[in-house]
Amino acid sequence: METLEDFRQRSRAWLAGNMRRLPPDAEPWNAMRVDEGDAERAKALQRKLFQAGFAGLCFPKEYGGRGLPRVYQKAFTEESRPYEMPLLFNTPTLTIIAPTILDMGTEAQKRRHLPAMIRGDELWVQFMSEPSGGSDLAGVITSARFDGDNYLLNGSKIWSSYAYFSDYAICLARTDWDAVKHQGLTMFIVKIHQPGVTVNRIRQSDGNVEFCQEFFDDVPLAPEDVIGKVNDGWTVGQRLLFHERSATGGSSPYASGTAGRRIETIDDLVNLARAAGRLDDPRIRELLAEVYVLQTVQGQATDRIVAGIAAEALPATSGAMLRLFTGLNGLRRSDIALEIASSDAVAWDAGESDGATGKSYIFRQAWCLGGGSTEMQRNIISERVLGMPREPAADRGMPFKDVRRNAPGKEA
Amino acid sequence: MQPIRRAGGALDFDLTEEQQLFADTSRRFLADECDLSTIRKLAETDAGFTADWWRRAAGLGWISLLVDEDAGGLGLGDEGILYLGLVAEEMGRMVSPGPLLPCSLVAATLSRSGSDEQRSEALPALVSGEATASWCFAEGGNSWSADSVAMQAERVPVGYRLHGDKWPVEAAAEARHLLVTARCDGQLTQFLVPADTAGVAIEPLEGLDLVRRFARVRFDGVEVDESTVVGAPGGAADDVERQLQIGLAVSCAESAGAVARVFEFTLEWAFERYSFGRPLASYQALKHRFADMKTYLEGCHATASAALHAIAASSADSACLARVAKAFIGDFAPEIVQECVQMHGGIGVTWDHDIHLYLRRVTTNRAILGAPREHRLAIADLLKL
Ligand SMILES: Cc1cc2nc3c(=O)[nH]c(=O)nc-3n(C[C@H](O)[C@H](O)[C@H](O)COP(=O)(O)OP(=O)(O)OC[C@H]3O[C@@H](n4cnc5c(N)ncnc54)[C@H](O)[C@@H]3O)c2cc1C
Repeated sequence: METLEDFRQRSRAWLAGNMRRLPPDAEPWNAMRVDEGDAERAKALQRKLFQAGFAGLCFPKEYGGRGLPRVYQKAFTEESRPYEMPLLFNTPTLTIIAPTILDMGTEAQKRRHLPAMIRGDELWVQFMSEPSGGSDLAGVITSARFDGDNYLLNGSKIWSSYAYFSDYAICLARTDWDAVKHQGLTMFIVKIHQPGVTVNRIRQSDGNVEFCQEFFDDVPLAPEDVIGKVNDGWTVGQRLLFHERSATGGSSPYASGTAGRRIETIDDLVNLARAAGRLDDPRIRELLAEVYVLQTVQGQATDRIVAGIAAEALPATSGAMLRLFTGLNGLRRSDIALEIASSDAVAWDAGESDGATGKSYIFRQAWCLGGGSTEMQRNIISERVLGMPREPAADRGMPFKDVRRNAPGKEA
Repeated sequence: MQPIRRAGGALDFDLTEEQQLFADTSRRFLADECDLSTIRKLAETDAGFTADWWRRAAGLGWISLLVDEDAGGLGLGDEGILYLGLVAEEMGRMVSPGPLLPCSLVAATLSRSGSDEQRSEALPALVSGEATASWCFAEGGNSWSADSVAMQAERVPVGYRLHGDKWPVEAAAEARHLLVTARCDGQLTQFLVPADTAGVAIEPLEGLDLVRRFARVRFDGVEVDESTVVGAPGGAADDVERQLQIGLAVSCAESAGAVARVFEFTLEWAFERYSFGRPLASYQALKHRFADMKTYLEGCHATASAALHAIAASSADSACLARVAKAFIGDFAPEIVQECVQMHGGIGVTWDHDIHLYLRRVTTNRAILGAPREHRLAIADLLKL
């Protein structure tokens, strides 16, 4: 195997010769402001990485990856910071869905889809949350009924980021209503754009239109598109949630490239302070350094927890701490941006600003909701890291069809 | 259900065999010789520790970790700080007494920059625990940076005349030597001054920590000769920065150890204390607060460890990382311990419960060597914002 240092040198040279260097004042990539143009661009860039042998570094070779240890991916990501990267492919396609299929999919599913993701042909999304609820994922009520040949999908999914311009979804549906909650679920592969699937875009509180709601009307799903076993979808779902925590907590080995030049980047806030003429104000300098401290410690905690899980010094569920840390840091960062921008965050000259600071603040709690809410992470940490008693569940042991659900009108 | 063993965790998971052995020995020594009831008795004494106990502590090698072999040290090189971090972590877990940090800092600088005479006379007594020393740096308030050093060392025919007050200075009353940071012709210069030099007055301060004492040291025109200068006159900036970095990282390791221990016994308490017929650990409102505490505790461990390793590796960002750690831990360590007090209920605010010993220690560490705000401002400067 090529040494890490040789690999790093080769990556550096290739990136310099082939990828677009971002201008110093480039807006940091924002996962929550993406459109179909970005998708096309990301596919082209991902293809380019693939052709040069720099895509899917930690995926096995037989499925289109390079079979390298995670330190190689880390090195490549570090080298790639000054360049435009296909970041849209990271989450959920490469960090959440691909590893779930790798862990739980059939040989045919792996051969068909993993190389297609890695070479930039397929963007995927998650059909997990429903209007009836997202935290209690095992309580989904979208149903898939077997008609002798296929499973027919009916119901609705919501909050699915990027669905309108993506290709496939991984979808959790109920296949047995007589079984207890966790035992009647099945995980499917769903082609998004096909008859019977209606995709509506949802306008977010910050005015952006990024996530979607889907309606399913007798959408046929082939038995080959079941991931794992029928009625064992919860096992697959737990793997998926594990990978999601790694991804949102910043510890996934499958992420390539990172938003901003450095993990602890505060460039955007510094620019904001400069624009407001407040870079010399000690109070503002202190706030900028506070964000730097939190981001740095977030990176250090990620290294520690990843190493701790690998060494079995920490339970695998410890990734939830990173997800919680990221969520809480996101809130503080958003508050500090608001503080720095002061009145410019609420009233701005149309020609000079797009009001992003204030709008991001309006959407602030998304940091603590998307990718599993911070409350759910706290449940996991207390129960499965610290061993505290589980919350009582009113639906334990009863057939799912008898479980009490939302009060009328309390669907999203 | 039992709480997961040692749920507070440790600074580093991947200790070498030597480090593990060293940490175990230090832990056993502290547990055998200085448990919390002993500390409560030491609280009644002037020094907060006994000379005999300190000699035995030093006998474990504690003060030789940052000292070169030819000066009587272990010759661990820059890696020595990782061992020092282990001792500090254990001392934090036991809220131990003893001038570990001041003695280590003075020893490290004497080993690095001291004259032959300083290395062969003052240093061996420090390493063996025969004598202690302290670092006179801050000049009251929030003045834990090289820029804030105002004390003048005026050139006079016999050498230098020192004039000014230094405080708070840890364990000054027992110190045989004082390492004094002053300005000579505007440049930082350090002096190793015997504490009994004419004109040096040591005024004990009262303090929050039960066994860690501080004093105000007054230098009233103290005349010292050329041989007291440590390193080159006017050339102490590097040593001072190194003392600061080591001090910050080691103080952070100690606070992290203290918080980890408090978290452990508080978690145990939550499993054993019942209210409305069920353990506190079963209430979601409290579980979520434990989850937050555990998460920030991991942050404390991660950042203290990163600072120690950056210094051990002489990495260019050690200046920044040591201050990142102090800013983070300065904010979060006292906050987590206060939260643990809350989890205890009324018993948590009594003298008899041990938790206040820890709160006193981490609150003291928060201020000594600079409070979070001061370090954030320093970070903004280091980042050239
Ligand atoms: C930006 C963004 C992107 C997203 N992308 C996707 C996506 O691509 N695909 C997808 O499937 N979903 C996605 N989601 C949905 C997200 O996973 C859900 O919003 C989340 O899981 C919460 O579910 P919910 O909205 O139904 O709220 P609910 O589950 O109804 O929860 C409401 C509130 O109650 C709290 N709560 C619920 N149960 C408990 C409990 N047992 N203990 C304590 N507190 C509890 C929650 O934390 C929350 O604060 C996205 C969300 C956002 C904000």
